[in-house]
Amino acid sequence: MAITYLSDIAKENVEAVQEYSLLAGRSLTNLFSRPRYYADTLLQADSIGVGSLPIVVLTGFFTGAVLALQTSNTLQQFGSLSLTGELVSFSMVRELGPVLTGLMVAGRNSSGMASELGSMKVTEQIDAMRAMGVDPTKKLVTPRVIATAIMLFFLSIISDLVGLTGGFVISYLRLGLNPNEYWNTAYQSLRFEDVFMGLCKPVVFGLIIATIGCYYGMSAKGGTQGVGRATTQAVVAASVLILVSDYFMTQLLMGIFGK
Amino acid sequence: MSSLAPPVEQRQTSPAKSGEPAIRFEDVSIAFDHPVLDGISFQLNNGETKVLLGESGTGKTLILKLALGLIKPDSGTITVLGDEISAMREQDMYALRRRIGMVFQESALFDSLTVEENVAYRLMEETGKLTDEIHARVVEALEFVELGQTYSLSPGELSGGMRRRVAIARAIITQPEVLLYDSPTGGLDPVTSNTIIELVVKQRDVYKTSSLLVTHRLQDAFTMASHYFERSLNKMVPVEDGSARNVHTTFVILRDHKIIFEGTAPELLRCHDPYIREYLS
Repeated sequence: MAITYLSDIAKENVEAVQEYSLLAGRSLTNLFSRPRYYADTLLQADSIGVGSLPIVVLTGFFTGAVLALQTSNTLQQFGSLSLTGELVSFSMVRELGPVLTGLMVAGRNSSGMASELGSMKVTEQIDAMRAMGVDPTKKLVTPRVIATAIMLFFLSIISDLVGLTGGFVISYLRLGLNPNEYWNTAYQSLRFEDVFMGLCKPVVFGLIIATIGCYYGMSAKGGTQGVGRATTQAVVAASVLILVSDYFMTQLLMGIFGK
Repeated sequence: MSSLAPPVEQRQTSPAKSGEPAIRFEDVSIAFDHPVLDGISFQLNNGETKVLLGESGTGKTLILKLALGLIKPDSGTITVLGDEISAMREQDMYALRRRIGMVFQESALFDSLTVEENVAYRLMEETGKLTDEIHARVVEALEFVELGQTYSLSPGELSGGMRRRVAIARAIITQPEVLLYDSPTGGLDPVTSNTIIELVVKQRDVYKTSSLLVTHRLQDAFTMASHYFERSLNKMVPVEDGSARNVHTTFVILRDHKIIFEGTAPELLRCHDPYIREYLS
């Protein structure tokens, strides 16, 4: 009895991974076949990109500010307060910018996608779309995936810049650092691999956020309760996957660049 | 010349393939946690309307979804408009589905779109935008269901019966060769139900569209079998006693995963099966 139960759970999980992989794969291969929904992609880019801008700006600014504040004590002990810009820049560009932006966008948009598509699923709107000869993965999933990957790339750049500004405000107003020194060290410390790493990650995070949100939405069942469950699961899964993939990507890229 | 499917009023008959039934189920079985359909076989001839009857949970809606390829059977073959769909890939199904219209039980209108965008959905997929020609087609389809002035409203502003009629307009706008109605009168008052059935009869008699109709209301089924649409009066009228008029409507009754009856209304009334007698009473 217990073995059957465990076997059923294992089968369900394997099937879920298989369905997710198929959906994610199809969302990308759809790019190479018609019809392509440019208007829907632009609409999603506006909703995901412009809509997420306020939370990304606020998160980025205060992360940079608190980073400068927290590290200033330690740096002061070693007489290296002038390195604040380097530290904020390095941390924001390589890690915190992409990851925090990813987590914020996951919280806002992964849940939004799961609830929107989930509601469409339980009210048979997805079936109606299929019944009218329209592929829901092309119409609903691909535009969201492409828009999220592209917009997260730009949102991360904005987050990095705003984070550096947050660090600068603290460094200048509270720590009394020279503005030129802050921006100089912040700029000079960055190497190609740091920027490359910081720009690769948001694209992958974007793919994760949108495919997870769409997968949970498209597989929602059980009425409004099912939609709520799908929404929660989407945010949790997307957030965890962002952090896990961040570790592996960092390890991989550090292996490639040798540092 | 327009690339869009012809307007409602220009289509007179269903362009069916000669000799080929619109839908054919052969020994179709499907089970989820338990068997739902077991060895179902029937065929829907061109221009015919088949009314699916049976208790809740007997798989009537499932038959519609199988016919549309939304669900695959565990075994058996399903042929729709000459194509065997039971083994067809999802991507290959889309072209075929554009030749079929479906009215869902709860209408399944896109709540983020207006009535006009809902009805025009298929046509806008072809052109990518709402053109004047499409607008005219939408108004025409909405007038067919007597909702000509509602195109700018959103589905949330409509009553249940109006939503159902918009769903019918959406299904018929491209004049599909087959129509699938899933409980189109479910949960509606008798007057609205009668209006919907009149639309179904109008579609059957004016455009000769092959249809599968699921209903729980025996009254609707018998109304369809005993009425025809009189174009000169623009309304549904009863078939006169002794008339040889063929209304092309047959019944299928499902019970315990199987078809227990298939035939015309008079054959159903003459049936002595105790379950059917009880069902009819």
